[in-house]
Amino acid sequence: MADKRTLTFVLMDPPFENARTTTALRLIDLAVKRGWNVNVFAYEGAVYVAFAKQTPHENKVHGHDLAAEDHPNTKEWVAAILAQAERTGAKVDWVQCGLCVDERGAGECIPGLRRGSPADLVAFTEASDNVLVIATK
Amino acid sequence: MSKYLLIESRDPFEYAEVPYYYDLAASLSRKGHAVTLFLVQNGVLPVRPGPRSDVVSAVARAGVEVLADDFSLRERGIGADRLATGVKPAPLDRVLDLLGEGCKALWH
Repeated sequence: MADKRTLTFVLMDPPFENARTTTALRLIDLAVKRGWNVNVFAYEGAVYVAFAKQTPHENKVHGHDLAAEDHPNTKEWVAAILAQAERTGAKVDWVQCGLCVDERGAGECIPGLRRGSPADLVAFTEASDNVLVIATK
Repeated sequence: MSKYLLIESRDPFEYAEVPYYYDLAASLSRKGHAVTLFLVQNGVLPVRPGPRSDVVSAVARAGVEVLADDFSLRERGIGADRLATGVKPAPLDRVLDLLGEGCKALWH
């Protein structure tokens, strides 16, 4: 693909707290649908975006069972992005900052991601057509 | 001349620094740079006609392309026919276009 690009997204927010997570995943999803390569450096609370032990829940206050509540988990969205990448030929290299993972006990992430360090972010930056840092503050 | 993409995700009614971000966009434009200010999430709230919408329109008058994420608008019940002067609705894909073109990108 002549116009294929490589973008790097730097994520900091934990899931379920701010619309930034949703917007970041929307951007990554759109890039992957174009067949563009995407690097993600997830650090601080963002290492929980793909945490494998996220569990959907019912909502008794609203009288919703699991199916009715249909609670979205970000790990499912990340998995969908990885699956989409296989269909479009995009390469997604999603790095979980190891220091941040260890601090938070967040080592169990979904398959398809890898553990790394800020050195990976430097390498991503050097190899990308552009970088977008989505910082918490 | 450089190309800039400034993404504003915050509501100026909640964060006092947002107008400074608008000023940054307008200043870059006045210096001859191509600037896009992309409003997303609660960043779209001031495009409703109101006390802050004139400020956003002033940014557009300074030559900045001011876009509002259509998804964020729909989430907040803001119709495309109710936008401040100079603001256009746009899909998030536009951000990818600009990133792909190598714009200098900032998120706030």
